[in-house]
Amino acid sequence: MKLALGPLLYFWSRDDVLAFYRQARDWPVDVVYLGEAVCSKRRGVRLEDWLAIADELTAAGKEVVLSTLALIEAESELLTLRRIVDNGRFAVEANDMGAVRLAAGKVPFVAGPHLNAYNCETLGLFRDLGATRWVMPVELSRDTLAAIQACRPAGLETEVFAFGRMPLAFSARCFTARHYNLPKDDCQLRCGDFSDGLVLNSQEGEQFLSMNGIQTQSAATCNLIGVVPELKELDVEVLRLSPQSRHMDKIVSAFRAVIDGTLTPQQGIAAMQGLTRGEPCNGYWYGSAGLAWLELGEVSEARALSGG
Amino acid sequence: MSRKVELVCPAGSLPALRAAVDNGADAVYMGFRDGTNARNFPGLNFDERAAREGIRYARERGRKVLLALNTYPQPQGWNIWTGAVDKAAELGVDALILADIGLMRYAHKTHPQLRLHLSVQGSATSHEAINLYREQFNIQRVVLPRVLSMAQVKRVMDNTDAEIEVFAFGSLCVMVEGRCYLSSYATGESPNTCGACSPAKAVEWRETSKGREVRLGGVLIDLYKPGEAAGYPVLCKGRYEVNGAVNYAIEEPTSLSVLDILPELVRMGISAIKVEGRQRSPAYVAQVTKVLREALDAAERSPDTYSPRSDWVAALDKVAEGSTHTLGALDRAWQ
Repeated sequence: MKLALGPLLYFWSRDDVLAFYRQARDWPVDVVYLGEAVCSKRRGVRLEDWLAIADELTAAGKEVVLSTLALIEAESELLTLRRIVDNGRFAVEANDMGAVRLAAGKVPFVAGPHLNAYNCETLGLFRDLGATRWVMPVELSRDTLAAIQACRPAGLETEVFAFGRMPLAFSARCFTARHYNLPKDDCQLRCGDFSDGLVLNSQEGEQFLSMNGIQTQSAATCNLIGVVPELKELDVEVLRLSPQSRHMDKIVSAFRAVIDGTLTPQQGIAAMQGLTRGEPCNGYWYGSAGLAWLELGEVSEARALSGG
Repeated sequence: MSRKVELVCPAGSLPALRAAVDNGADAVYMGFRDGTNARNFPGLNFDERAAREGIRYARERGRKVLLALNTYPQPQGWNIWTGAVDKAAELGVDALILADIGLMRYAHKTHPQLRLHLSVQGSATSHEAINLYREQFNIQRVVLPRVLSMAQVKRVMDNTDAEIEVFAFGSLCVMVEGRCYLSSYATGESPNTCGACSPAKAVEWRETSKGREVRLGGVLIDLYKPGEAAGYPVLCKGRYEVNGAVNYAIEEPTSLSVLDILPELVRMGISAIKVEGRQRSPAYVAQVTKVLREALDAAERSPDTYSPRSDWVAALDKVAEGSTHTLGALDRAWQ
């Protein structure tokens, strides 16, 4: 089972980005997704820079994939998309159907988590167009994954989002700019002030969502380290860990240890204590509300009671 | 003069369908009574008998019937969705409105004569995306997500020969449609998986000393002071606390209305404008259809002198979410 670093979803300074990927060279990850997937106004790190980082990671033995924007609105964004697809060296993660069209038959691509692949007929089309891997949408459950794995087309790897605040929605509107009463056209890149997003609480203080520019994330951090054995059993080839600003080295190591069997799932959960930015959640995996956190024991009990 | 713009109105029930047809809709759209469409609400939608009756009623008056199958089937339920495609073909609807690529592939293969529209839930925001659907499945029309400015809509139209449909009036999704999991994050059910956003069974109202609480899946999404008007609790239109400030951090309760820019839409060559609201009453459908029929006729007749009549605006605001309206993303400033 491979570990992947998902695309960096936040707007960090150029120095922080370079430092992060310099460290990642030595982490036990197999695949690294690079590039801006959220907002085209974030130009601190340009395509040339991403390609340079990609070369360094490749030299360190990593498989590199260039991620594309999830929400495409402007013509300039299509131009960037074409440049990424035409990079000539690296595979591409298509996060929008426009990217699929541009990549089809030209470059191997990963069908990203925002493409809405909910069934095998959809995966069959992506495979025919040149996809080599697909990333399951975050809202799908273990049961659906099992059903898809039973009918997925040959030659297509499965990747599951296993760690990080989950991308839940995209908008034409920038919620970070809106929080500061700034128009989007003059957003002053305020999302750069929040290295893991800006938390939105309920009126009774419950952390609920996290605003990351035009993207809305979960405030809770998805953590599937406890179910790594189940993911293996379902023939999932890749686990995606979405970067957060701190402790990423320890998080990667904990997942690697559970995959290799040097830590039990319970020990993995314990090792992650205090490392996640938000409260942990794993509800989607069990077909529940995404924000829920079910303890391993609790789950088997619930399944026994429901006859599942 | 461009060809006539089609007015597409919601039919959540037979009475709503008749209201739409009687008040001037060129086409109505409806769904079956299950999770195959994005308005899967109790008591709503059409069984086979009602669908036949609705199609007959519309056809006799020269109107079209579109059928929305715009949720995303998972393997466990695949046969229900393909069964719905087959049923729609047999009923002879004028077009299917689809979101899922797999289902499009099935429909295109199995019923090549059936006209296909790409649902707003298909989330195609660029001409590159649209042209993929067109090449693969011969999609005839695309309903654009409510994230593009007028200039961006124009750019899309310049680069595809697919017909373009835009939303004209109704509740406004602030997130790009088809790629929003906020509802399932709080409740386990989303528009994509279950055809419901903020489903009623997950809603709890409670009177407290602080006011009227509304929770969704247990999360407090708003708190209304005594006397304050409360609408249907949609997660993205709740009041939250961010950095100490409590307000509508995502979006105010408001409706989209394109009354102000109808002549521009007509001139651009938009093929159809759509009214949201299959979950709303026949009275709502009648009112909104009537106003938009008059407004669209006026905009097509004399686009240069058109201006929205105040009684139209008042009639629409009366049935609008939050009793107010916006141009949404079509107006760059809103973004």
